[in-house]
Amino acid sequence: MTTTPRWRALTHHHLFWPVAVLVVLLLVNIPFTPDFFSIKMTDGHLYGSLVSIVLFGSPLILVAVGMTLVIATGGIDLSVGAVVAITGALTCAHLSEQADQNALSGVFTALAIGLAAAVVCGLWNGFLVARMGIQPIIATLIIMVAGRGVAQLITDGQIITVSSEPYKLIGGGYWLTLPFSIFVVLAVVAVTALLTRRTALGLLVESVGGNAEASRLVGIRSRRIKIMVYVFCALCAGIAGLMISSNTSAADGNNAGLWIELDAILAVVIGGTALTGGRFSIGGTVVGALVIQTLTTTIYTIGVPTQTNLVFKAAVVIVVCLMQSPKFRAKVFGAKRAAQQPPAPAAPADTAPTADAAPKLEVS
Amino acid sequence: MSTTTARPKAADSHPTSKAARVLADRRLPVMVTAALFLVMYAAGLSRYQNYGFGEAQVFLNLFIDNSYLLVAAVGATFVILSGGIDLSVGSVIGFTTMFTAWLVERQGLPLVLVIPLALGVGALGGFLMGYVIHNFEIQPFIVTLAGLFLYRGLCLVISKESIAIGDASVSSMAQTQVSLGGAFLSIGAIVALVVLAAAFYVLHYTRFGRRVYAVGGNEQSALLMGLPQGGTKISVYTVSGFCSALAGLLFTLYIQSGDPLHATGMELDAIAAVVIGGTLLTGGSGFVIGTLFGVLVLGLIKSLIQFEGTLSSWWTKIATGVLLCAFILIQRAMTARRKT
Repeated sequence: MTTTPRWRALTHHHLFWPVAVLVVLLLVNIPFTPDFFSIKMTDGHLYGSLVSIVLFGSPLILVAVGMTLVIATGGIDLSVGAVVAITGALTCAHLSEQADQNALSGVFTALAIGLAAAVVCGLWNGFLVARMGIQPIIATLIIMVAGRGVAQLITDGQIITVSSEPYKLIGGGYWLTLPFSIFVVLAVVAVTALLTRRTALGLLVESVGGNAEASRLVGIRSRRIKIMVYVFCALCAGIAGLMISSNTSAADGNNAGLWIELDAILAVVIGGTALTGGRFSIGGTVVGALVIQTLTTTIYTIGVPTQTNLVFKAAVVIVVCLMQSPKFRAKVFGAKRAAQQPPAPAAPADTAPTADAAPKLEVS
Repeated sequence: MSTTTARPKAADSHPTSKAARVLADRRLPVMVTAALFLVMYAAGLSRYQNYGFGEAQVFLNLFIDNSYLLVAAVGATFVILSGGIDLSVGSVIGFTTMFTAWLVERQGLPLVLVIPLALGVGALGGFLMGYVIHNFEIQPFIVTLAGLFLYRGLCLVISKESIAIGDASVSSMAQTQVSLGGAFLSIGAIVALVVLAAAFYVLHYTRFGRRVYAVGGNEQSALLMGLPQGGTKISVYTVSGFCSALAGLLFTLYIQSGDPLHATGMELDAIAAVVIGGTLLTGGSGFVIGTLFGVLVLGLIKSLIQFEGTLSSWWTKIATGVLLCAFILIQRAMTARRKT
């Protein structure tokens, strides 16, 4: 590579490849839908493909942000889809029993009940992982299996519909010309980024993920941190569940949030957070979630049969994972790249031990 | 019910050495599962005696209705014993139903040709996943997740609609009954039992079986002992792919159609059956016989719910989750004892 240092710094930035993929995906749309980037103002609301990508992608972004922290501690949370279903079901079930569904107090209690259930799920996951020391995949599998049954139990196997204007706002309403859910996502992402990057919290999470035992020995309460991230993840999933059920004004215990855990994990991986834990990037995750949503939208707009959506997704997972695998890169790109390994990347260097195990998408 | 059998053992194991010895016995989880199955069956007998629960056919139906799950779970047992995980099971089953239905119905190929083809595709898929997992050191979780997406996507690429199979040889095979005294087994159930027996033989009486346990127990030690760890891992995923495809064929036989949404989430049932059967998810410890009991317990929950009549199908999921939880806690108690 005989490029200028500035270019190298850019391509080595941890967000470079996810953003590049996103931009390419967006550009692919132009030949098929020339007005892809245009945003129209109708009835005081902004409409356009970009707005709808963010709107439809917002539950995924939320779940993925929560998942990022869990994965950063070296865990994984498979139960988010079930939590999405439980939260939506409980909230809608409570709301549909109200005499006046538009009363704000009723809506707020319903929201509180739904989110409380999400927190309980998170506490349970955290308890199993941190206290009982059970592998995260397995511990969260319990709620993944049972949770959907519980959600169906709450809705009695039916799809509960509600007609509440204030509730509709969360997932389908508009505020300041933009979909309200965008503001919810912005708030959650901003709070998470502030808490993890402006305080020591992010560092603690990364250290627990890097080596839970070592971080316990230096005096970090790694158990508490772990429980906290599972609760946070479940809470994010709960908010996403509110959004999904509010968008359709209905709670479907069977299908709400189905496979969202897989999409969320994919988003986290695309965003450059390694599944081994020890480092994370909230910005990368948001971009990753947008990549997935853009991919789905692109498949719709360019006229590829929608059933190939999953095949595309599989191809993306495979390519991204192969690119992240040090062994694959060593085999394919050989010694040439291995010799150039040392230059310090622009990414934060505080995660040095895991940086080798979890390199960024820096293969061209 | 399950929690009451599980908890006391975990709690009062501490002081006495006898309890510790019981807990340290590797066969304990299998025995707990077998006991649980018997207790559940006895409870069913006493409760639904007048509704014909005691008939031999009801018992054999457990095998007939869960033959595909048993085969898939046997495949998953291999992977889990080796310390990995395979999430693509359900999708491979769905794909095989679709692929078989499409070849038989749309392409008019004879069944004799379709069966090896479907098995080959499943095994090849498993081989490729194992190859990527071993050679590029990517977590099995994420590789098989890609497999899950890929196979489910391929299902939809074949056809978005379900394909009914009207082929005479398929339906005659599906209706064949092998009588056992007063009751009968289907071909699917017999294939499943043969697969189980073969897996038992392979795991306990061949070199390959020992390697699977060794790699799952401690990959480093297995490597240092000079075991072909890569080959073992790849074979394990190939076995799982093959078993999933075979499970798909049995499922096709059972349901006589191909549908892109067949067997969604079946991987969870398979993993749950393996865990309930007492195989440690960290690998290296467990018995394939346990998996049989795991599958039977899951099947029994379903038929108990059917006999009860008033309970809805989602209680199956909840009961599975509760059982899963109980058995994971037993496992935890066991491994905690062994370490100290």
